[in-house]
Amino acid sequence: MAAKTHKRQNSRATARPSVAQPRKSSRELIFGDLWEFDPAPETADPKLKPRYDLFINGEFTAPKSGKYFPTINPATEQKIADIALASPADVDTAYQAAQRAFDSVWGKMPGRERGKYIYRIARLLQDHAREFAIAETMNGGKPIKESRDFDVPMAAAHFFYHAGWADKLEYVAPGRSVKPLGVVGQVIPWNFPLLMMAWKIAPALAMGNCVVIKPAETTSITALKFGEILQEAGLPPGVVNIVSGAGETGAAVMNHPLAAKVAFTGSTEVGKIIMRSLAGTDKKMTMELGGKAANIVFDDAPLDQAVEGIVNGIFFNQGHVCCAGSRLLVQEGVAEAVLAKLKNRIKVLRVGDPLDKNTDVGAINSKEQLGKIRELVDSGVKEGAELYQSPCRLPAKGFFFKPSVFSNVTMSHRIAREEIFGPVLSVLTFRTVDEAIEKANNTPYGLSAGVWTDKGSRILKMSVELKAGVVWANTYNKFDPTSPFGGYKESGFGREGGRQGLLDYGKLI
Amino acid sequence: MNPRLPITKTPKCYVGGAFIRSESGRVTPLHDASGAFFANIPQCTRKDLRNAVEAAAKSGSGWAKRSAYNRGQIIYRLAEMIEARSAEMIEALQVGGQPSARAKTEVAATVDRLIHYAGWTDKYEQLLGNVNPVSSPHFNFTVTEPTGIVGVLAPEDAPLLALVSLIAPAITSGNTVVALASTSQPYPSIALGEMLATSDLPGGVVNLLTGFRAELLPTFATHAHIRAISGVANADERKAIKLAAADSVKRVHLLKTEETHDWFADSAQGLYEIRDLVEFKTTWHPIGA
Repeated sequence: MAAKTHKRQNSRATARPSVAQPRKSSRELIFGDLWEFDPAPETADPKLKPRYDLFINGEFTAPKSGKYFPTINPATEQKIADIALASPADVDTAYQAAQRAFDSVWGKMPGRERGKYIYRIARLLQDHAREFAIAETMNGGKPIKESRDFDVPMAAAHFFYHAGWADKLEYVAPGRSVKPLGVVGQVIPWNFPLLMMAWKIAPALAMGNCVVIKPAETTSITALKFGEILQEAGLPPGVVNIVSGAGETGAAVMNHPLAAKVAFTGSTEVGKIIMRSLAGTDKKMTMELGGKAANIVFDDAPLDQAVEGIVNGIFFNQGHVCCAGSRLLVQEGVAEAVLAKLKNRIKVLRVGDPLDKNTDVGAINSKEQLGKIRELVDSGVKEGAELYQSPCRLPAKGFFFKPSVFSNVTMSHRIAREEIFGPVLSVLTFRTVDEAIEKANNTPYGLSAGVWTDKGSRILKMSVELKAGVVWANTYNKFDPTSPFGGYKESGFGREGGRQGLLDYGKLI
Repeated sequence: MNPRLPITKTPKCYVGGAFIRSESGRVTPLHDASGAFFANIPQCTRKDLRNAVEAAAKSGSGWAKRSAYNRGQIIYRLAEMIEARSAEMIEALQVGGQPSARAKTEVAATVDRLIHYAGWTDKYEQLLGNVNPVSSPHFNFTVTEPTGIVGVLAPEDAPLLALVSLIAPAITSGNTVVALASTSQPYPSIALGEMLATSDLPGGVVNLLTGFRAELLPTFATHAHIRAISGVANADERKAIKLAAADSVKRVHLLKTEETHDWFADSAQGLYEIRDLVEFKTTWHPIGA
């Protein structure tokens, strides 16, 4: 983090003149433009290919239509590679391969052996961690420090955790036995391309299912690179099939008659379309959809820590996070102080080249997403909220957006109701615990929430009252393979991670 | 001396802890097995359903906050009420044409089913939830919470046992229920309402409607405050319900009418019926000084 570097410069710190409230008088580091960071780009070779084919039945296969589409680096707008476009016919081939693999090999393999393959995948991903991190950052725009320290290691951890379940499935559902479902179809988003793939594939394989998975249109590289890992691991052909493409490919993956279950992570809007399209079937579903999380700061909270948590909650991965803490609810007495600290903190966020090791906020994933963010921010200004943006300079090329904070937001503003999926925070205030609960729950979403307070009993009360699948207390945006993740209400159903997530990939017998 | 004229009972639905007629004033005549007129059954409307959802919403947070021990005792009390009035319930089942031996078995199985779930209230959490050994310095735990208001669609057969088998796992974890009884054999649900009323179960936790299934299903599927649907449905109904339920991302758990379900079997009850109607909540907190 940039802040760590700054601490060495304590001699330059100046205390602000003290004001009425004691909290505001705390010492604060003022950096301005006292020094420049030298560029520190990550330079290792991501070992990319100019063209990526579909990964079907253990082989990289050209699409039947012969069609490819370009994928770009959102930080430079330059093309990185051509990606195969899977047609419904390719998806069908993938499903046939998956079903064959399930019937002949994977479904029959003892859990002990299945687990060893999954362990291999985890290890090989660790071996290739750096190239995956760079590829992820180049294709998706996220800062290298996040892909290197979070996305890739966490993806490997998911395989490592689930590998160990493969021979212990009799403990997943007390009193009952479980069986794999067969072939599962999965569609994942562009915000954590490799990690979401791990979340989806690892539990499916541990339970004994085979997989057809579609990465997001803008971020297919690490998914298809992952096919190379599967080959290196010697995973039997057809157990995992990776089909790249856009909406039509996704619909084919979700609607294929051989899919015993579908798992989707993406917007609530698309999730509902999928649910409707599957209404006449018996397919099992897991839906991990949108969110509009409340991050609630009480007046007894340690404010400096809370501000770090707020920043992590909304600017992590440029705010492209379904569980982002996009609604900040601050108790009135400390609202001014929190906002002042927040603005100071945002000023020093380093926005720019995602491959630079010092970058805090990288590129917006796509031009389309940048447009959506701009549209919603414009609506916020029009509806009367007060916009503060970091004074940072943005690179001339690429899709970037300044870290932004709206204050004077009301519950009726679009920026308080709709998922922005960008580095934009809406700040609202509250007076009482009940008001905080009411405001936090006043949304059709229910994925996550944050609570900042020094009072233990209040944390537990909030945890009970908040209608959200994940509650972070005095922390935010923490994830772990052992920890179930997923939503209430229109944020979806089913869990990913932990024993609870694993059971969603099996059937009880 | 003239023979005494017996008093017949006007069947009413149990909604919000009170006994109601349909707001529409509509009734459907019910005939007994011999074909003789038995009584007029309320033919509930979408408006009655919405009122029932409102009643369920009002009682929801209170019921969910009862201690597990308390919920267990109340469900046990409901079993006691049915056991004590089993003769009446057997007669209620016979109205629909059940032979008395089968009616007797069904009432006994219903009581046993409730005893089964009464014992689950303070145990399912220990099996479904857990502490997660995350690799960062956080205390991390996953617990269940009730999903909210559950719409129950009872099948035509086993009009008491199936209805109770669907309601019991929902209320075990603190959900509230709006249930639609068997259309062809609604009378046992009327008798059940009278026993619920004396069971200590707070009014509004279980709401029982009678009426035409085809008329009410669309509202069950679309009502945004109903968070889950649990029951039995045919292929067309399942499709229609799932289509409409997508708008509010409802949880839908439907058994198939075209498959046979042995409601009397032990396999018709258990932990995973409870699991279908809960949400998992994961809480993180740093471990530090």
